Amino acid sequence: MWVALSYACWGISIVLALWMLYDWFKVDTTFSEEVLTSSREGELEATSEKHRI
Amino acid sequence: MTIAVEPAVQGDRVSLLRVLGPAHVWALGVGIVLVGEFTGWNFSADKGGALAALIVCWVVGLLYTSVAMIDSEVTSTVAAAGGQYAQAKHIVGPLMAFNVALFLVFAYTMLEVSDAILLGDTIVAKAGVEGLTHNSFIAATIVVLAWLNYRGVLMTLNVNFVITAIAYISIVILFFSVSPWTQGAVLKLNELVTPGNALPYGWIGVIAAFQFGIWYYLGIEGTTQAAEEVRSPARSLPYGTMAGMITLLIAAAMTWYVCASMMPWEYLGITYYPLWDAGKLTGSPLLENLLFVATLLAALASANGCINDAARAWFSLGRDRYLPTWFSAVHPKYRTPYRSILFLLPIALAFAFIADLNQAITFSILSGVLQYTFMSINIIMFRKKWPLGSIRRGYTHPFHPIPAIVLFCLCVVTFFAIFLGFGSQLIAMVAFYFLISLWFHFYRYKFVRRGDQFTMPWPKPQGY
Repeated sequence: MWVALSYACWGISIVLALWMLYDWFKVDTTFSEEVLTSSREGELEATSEKHRI
Repeated sequence: MTIAVEPAVQGDRVSLLRVLGPAHVWALGVGIVLVGEFTGWNFSADKGGALAALIVCWVVGLLYTSVAMIDSEVTSTVAAAGGQYAQAKHIVGPLMAFNVALFLVFAYTMLEVSDAILLGDTIVAKAGVEGLTHNSFIAATIVVLAWLNYRGVLMTLNVNFVITAIAYISIVILFFSVSPWTQGAVLKLNELVTPGNALPYGWIGVIAAFQFGIWYYLGIEGTTQAAEEVRSPARSLPYGTMAGMITLLIAAAMTWYVCASMMPWEYLGITYYPLWDAGKLTGSPLLENLLFVATLLAALASANGCINDAARAWFSLGRDRYLPTWFSAVHPKYRTPYRSILFLLPIALAFAFIADLNQAITFSILSGVLQYTFMSINIIMFRKKWPLGSIRRGYTHPFHPIPAIVLFCLCVVTFFAIFLGFGSQLIAMVAFYFLISLWFHFYRYKFVRRGDQFTMPWPKPQGY
């Protein structure tokens, strides 16, 4: 069982690493560098959420 | 209550998401630290005996209470990702900030590596299968947690809250399962810790024990990295950090009491699994398995919080151009510093495969203590430049400057203790930070937009 778990760990690691690389490529080719690096310190993110009670 | 989240990219801006509350701050801080109760603190018994382990539990607890108080005041005022890095930038200056960010990245990445190695070794020890190595478990720990962090901070810290709470409750269950109010039935403290063996190496052993006493609380200051992602930094950060510190003081005391009452100091000082061993010694398979699972969960929670914190410190360096701005990218959908997470992933994997547990944790502790030394100086400068009443603070810590002085003195003692055990690593680390500071001062700083890096709307500091 432990050996099978060990192989499963390798498999999960490879799949998730590939997914992250794919997503990274997709994001970097979809959005401009200006947008991706537009975050500024101290900037409040109040506009992204609207709470309705 | 319903929450409607609008598309992530607002016009041409994308930022980290403010979704966290005090419970997430608690989960981040306690999650990083709690693994130290499951392994690490007990090596202080090897240095100075069981009583030394208790003395450093309280004295180092004082050090970290000072850290938590100071951190709560400064971070509730300088609420930005990067935590102590942003504090250093505004209060001391860019060179100090650059060094502090590196302390943070090293401390958290090396702790993440240590957690992954611990988790792998624990599974291999449990399995007892010939030829089974820890590499696959290490890889899965680091990659799965990096993926979780990549996908969003809210789920990351929700997971951390649950697994940290389970690990913590397991300590409480163990404590009450051994009838702590009765000596002689299961616990035998009066037989195991006697006047003859309480401090086998005298008071120098207590000093030497400081090096591992740090493990009781190492990483609680990591709560500040969430500053830019909590809904109300001025409230959540002090509340989460101080609640975390109280939680840890209770856990540390319970852990010492149970372990020192069940194992002789000679064994307690060398085992890698003091709580799991305590579970085994009760003779209950349920407790044994519970403590085994809790050890794994504590290691996972710690590594998870470390990935979160190291990535934010690295991201902040990129945002201020202390490193290439490429690192300051935020994922437009998940709102995480995805490039920093991905950049640090192979570094953590490489260290986890080539370094051993002792080396990794020593580098982590060294970077942590350097950071605490900075914090003691930082708060003195903060109060001097911006006295009470000159700017709005979310929290004001009492008894200033006593916590700063206590923190500084205890850091000096801890450096001495580390020098006794790992002198060459200490010198190598200081030399590394000196050389990297020269690189920053003479080469990198010319790329920094000097006016842009100071973002707090504060009045001019006194004396300027």
